Amino acid sequence: MTRLQTHDLSAGYLKAPVLADINIAFPDGLVTALIGPNGSGKSTLLKTLARILSPERGTVLLDGKAIHSQTSKAVARTMGLLPQGPLAPEGLTVRELVAQGRFPHQSLLSQWSTQDQAAVERAMQVADVTSFAERPVDSLSGGQRQRCWVAMALAQETDLILLDEPTTFLDLKVQVELMELLRSLAHDAGRTLVIVLHELSLAAAYADHLVMLKEGKVVCAGEPSKVFTSAWLKEVFDLDANILTDPATGRRVCVPYANPKSS
Amino acid sequence: MTAPVSSTKRFAAWSGVPVLLGVLALFFLLHIAIGAKDLPLRQVVDAIFFPDPSVFEHRIIRDMRLPRAVMAIAVGSALAVAGALMQGVTRNPLAEPGLLGLMAGASFAVVIVSNTAGLAHLAVIPLVAALGALGAAVLVFGIARFAPGGATPLTLTLSGAAVSAFLGTCVSIGHLLNEEGFDDLRVWLTGTLAGRDIAVLYFAAPWLIGSLIVSLGLARQVTALAMGDEVAKGLGVETGRLKLVTLALVVMLTACSVALAGPMGFIGLVIPHAVRLFVGSDYRWIVPYSALLGAAYLLGVDIFARIVIRPQELSTGIITAMIGAPLFIYLVRQRSR
Repeated sequence: MTRLQTHDLSAGYLKAPVLADINIAFPDGLVTALIGPNGSGKSTLLKTLARILSPERGTVLLDGKAIHSQTSKAVARTMGLLPQGPLAPEGLTVRELVAQGRFPHQSLLSQWSTQDQAAVERAMQVADVTSFAERPVDSLSGGQRQRCWVAMALAQETDLILLDEPTTFLDLKVQVELMELLRSLAHDAGRTLVIVLHELSLAAAYADHLVMLKEGKVVCAGEPSKVFTSAWLKEVFDLDANILTDPATGRRVCVPYANPKSS
Repeated sequence: MTAPVSSTKRFAAWSGVPVLLGVLALFFLLHIAIGAKDLPLRQVVDAIFFPDPSVFEHRIIRDMRLPRAVMAIAVGSALAVAGALMQGVTRNPLAEPGLLGLMAGASFAVVIVSNTAGLAHLAVIPLVAALGALGAAVLVFGIARFAPGGATPLTLTLSGAAVSAFLGTCVSIGHLLNEEGFDDLRVWLTGTLAGRDIAVLYFAAPWLIGSLIVSLGLARQVTALAMGDEVAKGLGVETGRLKLVTLALVVMLTACSVALAGPMGFIGLVIPHAVRLFVGSDYRWIVPYSALLGAAYLLGVDIFARIVIRPQELSTGIITAMIGAPLFIYLVRQRSR
C-alpha cells in the first residue's frame, strides 16, 4: 500500500474521457516518470492527481483517503504541484515566490512564523537560488526560473511532489542538473516524486519507476531496466529504437532510427 | 501580518504606512478647510474634536464638509481595492470596475430604479447598484468568454467598453424621455462628491466596511491566485470559491461607491498600479496600500476639483478620468509590444 495511488480512475475534459480505468500505485520515496506520446493522457493523469481535474469515475487515494473529498489545504500540506510553464506575476522576487509555498501552513490567525522563514531558506538553498533571492523572477534565465518554482514546491514541505514537464524549454545541461536535484529529493530526502516527462532518455536515466501511457491507458509500468526496452517503445510510441546501456553509469539510452519500411 | 521578505525589506514595506496615514490625515484636514469660504486648519481640528454648535463654522464643517471628506475616503479606498482585487484574480492589468462595465451597470440600475419606482428609499440604492454591477459583470465576462480566444485582457476590455456604451445610451434615452427626472442625476452621472445625501453614506457604510475587511483577509489568497489557477490549487487555494467571493466583493465595493458618488472612473486602475511600484506584487501589501492611497488620492482630486475654476467646481469624476485615461493608454501600449 503506497501513499498515493489511483483506483479505477477515469477522467478527462468535458465529455471526452482521456483516461480509462487507471490503477497505479506510486512507490514511496522514489521518482516515478509518466511517459507516453502526445495525447496519451499523462498530463491529464497528473492534473487529476493534483485535483485540477475531477475524476469521472474512480478515485485518487492519498494516504488511503479519496483526495477529491479532502479539503484543498489539507492535501496541499501533503502533496505539492509544479504545473507546466507557470508564470510569476511581474516583479515578484524569488524570495516572495518561494514564500508562497508556505501558503497551506498558514492561516489568517497564524501568519508568518520563524518555521516558515526557515523552510524558505532551506528550500532556496537546496534549489540553489539563494544567490539571486532578491531579484525579480521574470529577470532570470529559464533554468534559474524553474529552480525557483522547484524551491517554492520544496518550501511547501510536502512528502509528495507532482511535476508536469519541468524540463521543457531548458538547455540539456540545465535539464540534467534539474533531474539530479529532483532525484536527490527522493533518494536523499525520502520524498515521493511523480514527474511527467517528454524526454525518454531523461526519464530512463533518472526515474526509479516508469509508467508508460498510451491512449489513456497504462500499457506497462516498472523499473527502467525492465520496461525501457525496444519492444515496449515500439508498442507505446510506435518508435523504432535501439536501447544501449551506458557502460559508465549503467543507465539506459534510447537511440531511435527510421524504419525503412514505414518511411 | 508580516511579509515573507528579508528584515530590511519588511521594514521598508511597513514604513510606508505611517507616511501614507500622515498624508491621508493632512489631505483630510485640507479637504475640509478648503471651500467656498476657506477655514483655518486650527478651526477644522477644533470642529472635529471639540465641536461647539454655537460656532457657525463648526456647523458648516460637521454638517457639510466632514461628510464629503468621509465620502471621498470611502469611495477612493473602495474603488482602489476593487481594482486591485480584479487585477489580481483575473491576472489582467487592465481590469478595473469602470473599464469592465461594472460602474455603467451600477449607475444604469440606480437611474432606472430612481426614475421608475419614483423615489426609491435610499437604503436600497447600494443594493440596486450592486445588482446592476453584478448584471453588467456577468454580461461582460459572458461576452468575452465566447469571443474568439476567450476572456483575454483585450476581449474583456472591449466587451466592457461595449456594455458601458450600451448602458450609457440607455441612460441617455431615459434622459430624453424624462428630462426633469434625470436632471438631478446629470451631475451625479459624471461622478461627483458634491451635494450628496449623507444618508446614503449610512446605508452604504456597513457593506463597504465589511467588504474592505474581507478583502484584507483574502489578500493572501489573491497573491497565490495571481500565479495561476494550477499553482494556486497546488498550494491549497479553493480557487472557484475564491473567485466567487472576490466577484461579490468587487460588485459590493463598486456598488457602494457608485451609490455614493456616481461612476468615478479609473481610480481602480491608477491606484493599484502606483502602489505596485512601491510594494511589488504581494497583495497582502497591495490591498491595504491601495485602500490608503485611494482615499488620499480622491481627497486630493476633490480638493483640486473645487479650487481649479473657483467659485464654480468641476465634477470630480472628470478629473479622475483625465488623470486615468493617459495611464490606461500607456498600459495598453506596453502590452501590445
